[in-house]
Amino acid sequence: MSPVPVAAAQRVAHSVRSEGVWSAAWRRLRSDRVGMASLGVVAAFLLLIAAAALGWVGRDWQREVGVPSAPPGFVGARSAEGPGAIVQPQGPNADLSDVDPLAPRYKEWDERAARFREIEIHKLQTLPLGGDRLGRDVLAKAVKGSEVSVFVGLMAALVATAIGTLLGALSGFFGGRIGDALEWLYSVFTSIPGILLIFAFAAVFGRGIGTVVLILGLTGWTGVYRLLRAEFLKHAVRDYVRAAQAIGASAASRMFRHILPNVSHVILVQLSILTVGFIKAEVILSYLGLGVAVDQVSWGTMLAEAQSELLLGHWWQLATAALFMAVFVTAFSLMTDALRDALDPKLRGLE
Amino acid sequence: MSALLSVQELQVAFRMGRVAGQVQRLPAVRGVSFDIAAERSVALVGESGSGKSVTAMAIVNLLPDNAERQGRILWQGQDLLQAGRARWRALRGRDIACVFQDPMSSLNPVLSVGLQICEPLRAHLGLGARQARARAEELLAEVGLPEPRRRLDAYPHQLSGGQQQRVMIAMALACEPKLLIADEPTTALDVTVQRQILELLAALKARHRMSLLFISHDLGLVGEIADEVVVMREGQVRERGTAAQVFQSPRDAYTRALLACRPTLQGAPPARLPVVDGPAARHALAESARAASKDPQAPVILEVRALAKSFWLRQGWFGRREFKAVQGVGFRLRRGHTLGVVGESGSGKTTMGLTLLRLLEPTRGEVLFEGRDLLRLGDRERQTLRRRLQIVFQNPFASLNPRFTIGQTLLEPMAIHGIGADRHDRERRARALLQRVGLDDDLLGKYPHEFSGGQRQRLAIARCLALQPEVLVLDEAVSALDVSVQAQVLNLLRDLQDELGLAYVFISHDLAVVRFMADEVLVMQDGQVVEQAPAGQILAAPAQDYTRRLLAAVPRGYAAAPALPRLGT
Repeated sequence: MSPVPVAAAQRVAHSVRSEGVWSAAWRRLRSDRVGMASLGVVAAFLLLIAAAALGWVGRDWQREVGVPSAPPGFVGARSAEGPGAIVQPQGPNADLSDVDPLAPRYKEWDERAARFREIEIHKLQTLPLGGDRLGRDVLAKAVKGSEVSVFVGLMAALVATAIGTLLGALSGFFGGRIGDALEWLYSVFTSIPGILLIFAFAAVFGRGIGTVVLILGLTGWTGVYRLLRAEFLKHAVRDYVRAAQAIGASAASRMFRHILPNVSHVILVQLSILTVGFIKAEVILSYLGLGVAVDQVSWGTMLAEAQSELLLGHWWQLATAALFMAVFVTAFSLMTDALRDALDPKLRGLE
Repeated sequence: MSALLSVQELQVAFRMGRVAGQVQRLPAVRGVSFDIAAERSVALVGESGSGKSVTAMAIVNLLPDNAERQGRILWQGQDLLQAGRARWRALRGRDIACVFQDPMSSLNPVLSVGLQICEPLRAHLGLGARQARARAEELLAEVGLPEPRRRLDAYPHQLSGGQQQRVMIAMALACEPKLLIADEPTTALDVTVQRQILELLAALKARHRMSLLFISHDLGLVGEIADEVVVMREGQVRERGTAAQVFQSPRDAYTRALLACRPTLQGAPPARLPVVDGPAARHALAESARAASKDPQAPVILEVRALAKSFWLRQGWFGRREFKAVQGVGFRLRRGHTLGVVGESGSGKTTMGLTLLRLLEPTRGEVLFEGRDLLRLGDRERQTLRRRLQIVFQNPFASLNPRFTIGQTLLEPMAIHGIGADRHDRERRARALLQRVGLDDDLLGKYPHEFSGGQRQRLAIARCLALQPEVLVLDEAVSALDVSVQAQVLNLLRDLQDELGLAYVFISHDLAVVRFMADEVLVMQDGQVVEQAPAGQILAAPAQDYTRRLLAAVPRGYAAAPALPRLGT
């Protein structure tokens, strides 16, 4: 091979492998204070959820450890009912033994009862964040509920994003008949009111975590589909995809090896937006009684229970579930925003 | 004559965020000085990144927020850097007007042309609605739009690119400015339209006694319109002087190289183009004329017969209309030869190129590759032939996958076609390819965004070469590159052709470049071949009127520019 004249300016500094898109995005994210703080909160939640899933915390959330509706520790125990609450009878007790038909058996029963040991179950008067109407620890419920709610949100978002990405890629890349058919499907799904669709699915499938994931995934893919279709439409005619076609790359390779990494930021951001939305949707479903099974707890079931408790002034279950949800959802949304800023190529260079 | 505008030691830097608490600054202009006298035209010339547009935008204070300006910009003795908001509003549009590169994006698409021309008239001159409209009509007539009254109610999309640029010029002229800044006003336009706009600008400048600041990358163009030329490179002035001085006896080495490295329509085509500060510049002259002229009896490798491609446009509810993008194109390409395809935008030359590779499905016709019809082959046979017919696209920034490293980009085609024994062997080949196209061989781990336009185009060529092709379709492959880089890539393409015996289908709108590369030229207009002849013949004695018009419109630089009025010289 003969030597080729090379302009001096063409020489590029030696380096083995340089910064990829993801590491550049991570570098940008790291300089975003709000983003990093929210990332920390989300990470803390995920740790808590992992611990709950492994049974380290919140395993015995169903035990009735406190008195019914035990108030939170910082509020203080409810004062025992005063002696004046029931009117004490005046005068000596009347002897009813001659008219009481059971009187002859009292002694026998006492003897029999003496054969058993009697334990006083010690129920806590207060719990750290209060108890529900059965005396279950609200904190344990909230921790266990986080596991269910976040799991449902994330899994449903994954299902919806996977469906939306696949259909969007097919529709945008191939267009034509396939595109038309998928557009009709999309139009049908979006023309039915969302909540009605969810109810219909819920009524057919019954209750349970798997069902909720399926319902939300099957109804929530439309937004991802629309965005990904547009992205694939745009990228399918780009020169680098044409170049890949010219070297003989198959359609699948062009779609998923070439284009997909270039639109992955859209997918990631959609995934996190959907996660937030689905956590809220699960809460609504459970509140309406169409969510997780009765022997499970989620933020939604906690809120549903709180409805009747609130009439008696027992606000702590509502407050705890709302607090957990608000903190997680807010942190997750902020993290999503920071992610989008870090990943969106349009904003690149405007830092 | 005292200067109308005097730029003194202008420096512009862009803040690029913070790294470790330190504000990062990217200098774009480093100490530029020049004067514009009344009724003179000054051209700022330079390649991309030279800071010519930034200088112009700094003068009218239209830089983005992260720009910092230093130095002095004196407008009739007043320093504009200290001017307040109100002063700027009064100045811009009234005394200094601008025309930008892309008229389509400079005009507001939802407002009629008339409304947009009336805006400066009413804002600056305080005309009433009816007066403004009358004046707008006069202006449109002056910039040479037919039926100006009807055009007032037209929307930008109803006008062609050249007409849009005329409207932009009319808007700029509205308040009789003393200085017109034209930032690459013809770069987005076809060569024949470019010629008209250039003539219009020169005529208007003379009639309205304006000064003109003309920004361009094209020395040929500048030579025709400018009285004075400022050559810029990397934010600094390399040479400044009258057009005669700069073009006839350039003092700066860069200016000399820039003038020399552009292929021209005059004289015999050289074997290689001189290159700006490259080692090639030295031994280019030593090299003898092109190694033995090509074998005219070389076997025909690609033959195209009656190729046609139509697009169907929807019309009404059920109807559809055929749009014939390419019709009845035929040619023969011999091994080691180059076929130049020339035409203006919309002539179907790119569509034709894509159809050859079946990146677009042709409607009719035959593409015979060594006698076998590419369009009638099954998938498997096509895949093997596909290897031997490759394409290089115009925009090197779009044709490489931004998420692939150079290694992935070069290894992929080899893996698909089973070239090379294993991964190790393919990597060795990839390194050899990088060296072959004049890049370092240790760049496999880098991403495309780390390379300049010229380097990326070399990478795109390397990717094609990975498949050991025999025919390369070069679709405007050097059009997006700077003149000096263009010369390097053209030299590389010629070297590759001589060594590997490649045949090129060289699609370009630039006749001078086609003349340098091609053995035979195909002139296309509206999807049809207008003329087809050997390169020397078509340029020396064009048979068709359209070809003659195309040739006449090519900017010829300073030497051959008596056509335009050169007032004030």
